[in-house]
Amino acid sequence: MTATHAPHDPLAPSPAHRRAHRRRLSLNAARYAGLTAVAILCVGPLLWQVSTSLKGNGVDIYSSPPQLLPEKPTLSAYSKVADIVPIWHYAMNSLLVAVAVVCTNVIGATCAGYALAKMDFRGKKLAFAVFLTAMLVPGEVVLIAKYMLALSMGINNSLLGVILPSAVSALNVLLMRNAMSGIPNELEEAGIIDGANAWQRFRRIAVPSVRGTIAVVAIFAFVGSWDNFLWPLIVLSDQSQYTLTVGLNYLQGTFVKDPRIIAAGTVIAILPLVVFFFALQRYFFRGVGEGAVKG
Amino acid sequence: MTTPTKPVGAARRLVRRAPQERTADQGRAARGGHAARHGRLTPWLFLAVALISEGVFTVFPFLNTIVLAFTDATRLKGGAFIGLDNFSRMIHDDRFWTALQNSALYMVIVVPCMVFLPLLLAMLVHTRLPGAGLFRTAYYIPVVSSTVAVGIMWSWMLDSQGLVNQTLKALGVITEPVPFLTERWLLMGSAMFVTIWTGLGWYMVIYLAALTNVSRDLYDAAAMDGAGWWRRFVSVTIPGVRNTMVLVGALSSVAAFRVFTEIYVLSGNTAGPGGSAMTVIMLIQRVGTGLDAEVGYASALSLVVFVITIGLMIAVLRMQTRENEK
Repeated sequence: MTATHAPHDPLAPSPAHRRAHRRRLSLNAARYAGLTAVAILCVGPLLWQVSTSLKGNGVDIYSSPPQLLPEKPTLSAYSKVADIVPIWHYAMNSLLVAVAVVCTNVIGATCAGYALAKMDFRGKKLAFAVFLTAMLVPGEVVLIAKYMLALSMGINNSLLGVILPSAVSALNVLLMRNAMSGIPNELEEAGIIDGANAWQRFRRIAVPSVRGTIAVVAIFAFVGSWDNFLWPLIVLSDQSQYTLTVGLNYLQGTFVKDPRIIAAGTVIAILPLVVFFFALQRYFFRGVGEGAVKG
Repeated sequence: MTTPTKPVGAARRLVRRAPQERTADQGRAARGGHAARHGRLTPWLFLAVALISEGVFTVFPFLNTIVLAFTDATRLKGGAFIGLDNFSRMIHDDRFWTALQNSALYMVIVVPCMVFLPLLLAMLVHTRLPGAGLFRTAYYIPVVSSTVAVGIMWSWMLDSQGLVNQTLKALGVITEPVPFLTERWLLMGSAMFVTIWTGLGWYMVIYLAALTNVSRDLYDAAAMDGAGWWRRFVSVTIPGVRNTMVLVGALSSVAAFRVFTEIYVLSGNTAGPGGSAMTVIMLIQRVGTGLDAEVGYASALSLVVFVITIGLMIAVLRMQTRENEK
């Protein structure tokens, strides 16, 4: 993450121009310095964590000055962490939950958003009010009542108990409704004239028009589920059912005194999402930008 | 938003046709006579998944929370109506006041940072200089990193043997390690730092979207009038993104008041020495779970959290409308 050189302007003839040019150059240099400093603060600790996880047993992790590039990088910490807790199993649990939550959110929110935006029916206001209320109630407020509900439904201590409560987020429904409202009504009318039923209009007209929002909903659902901690912590009691966040917290609580092993565990939790995000970032920044401008 | 890949046949014809050419039948459809468009049950089929999910796992538990708050329910028994006893108990509960104080303090310190630092960062990134996109991505990485993993990472860095203390010692700033994680206020401060560290990128993206809407011309005009960068910031940028600042203020205050993970992880599940860094949500989790869970009392605490968060949102929104009326 090093600063590239400020663009060089070959046309700087008059002294006045040159002065202005020099001022702009120094301004840009200051800007790059600021940008780099914050980048180091944001990415540095994560790089340090990766570096620690790759250091072998014999390598001093408290060397001064601190060594970012390990001399003899080794993956031994990763196999050691798997000996202490079934971390790959936890990662699979997290992945399973995240994929399920993405599917239910995308399907549930898109369908509901379509009904709220493009259909007229008795009780629509009531349905809308339910989603609005649900959005205003923070998850932590219903934590205990939800826990009691999970106990009586018998879904506590299972991945299903983690998935179901976050199946469809109200915010996603409202996001999809806004996106669907942006589709011109003429397209709907045309579909009706052509004899398309509601489902066909939904599949052929509405869904292809809101792909960007679907991507945003999917990313939010995935990241939110992967990051979820408080609810799985409460609802899962059996170690074999742990998701990655709860499992990591458990690992931290064991008497492992080797930072390399803990670092390996956190890298396993962080790296997949960073890679996933890097792959989709272009799409993501555009989608969020659009949503925020419209919202 | 992309246009549909397969527009249904009549779409183009209809758009091109002038309104008066429409038949009476189509006119009725265009005015919103939706009765013929779908069966009476169809909308509910579309809504089913979302409505059931929200109804069962949010609306019902919420109503249940309100009911339970006035009972002495525990995990094992349903509980009887006890009026306001839970709330009067709360008033005499030191843990509650400590937790409320901590959550409020968290909010008071974190929110101004979340409103201003990401704005400065967004202005720094909002440039055509090469590499700006790379920096933007770098700042967003903490946001997609799991909070628990980040918390654990920082708890090792801030440990008495950790990188931060080692570095400070090497620089000769300190001789004894700073107890970042074992002293109440330092622990709170460390948790706040982690919250801000993870949240910066998220709010920066919101500000970036707002900044693109501030007209370039306004800056040029201000520069022409001899306004320096500070003057331009106060007179052009701030008014241009004011609504976004209110939004960020509302979002971050509600989020900060509900803090749990950062303090839980940094304190190693202990809430600091003697539970002194306990937050309201941590208290709810402690009281309301486990085999001896006091469900009634935990629900009363939850209700208080709900009233406070709604109050915060209303306060922020009223602030905004008042500003707009000026």
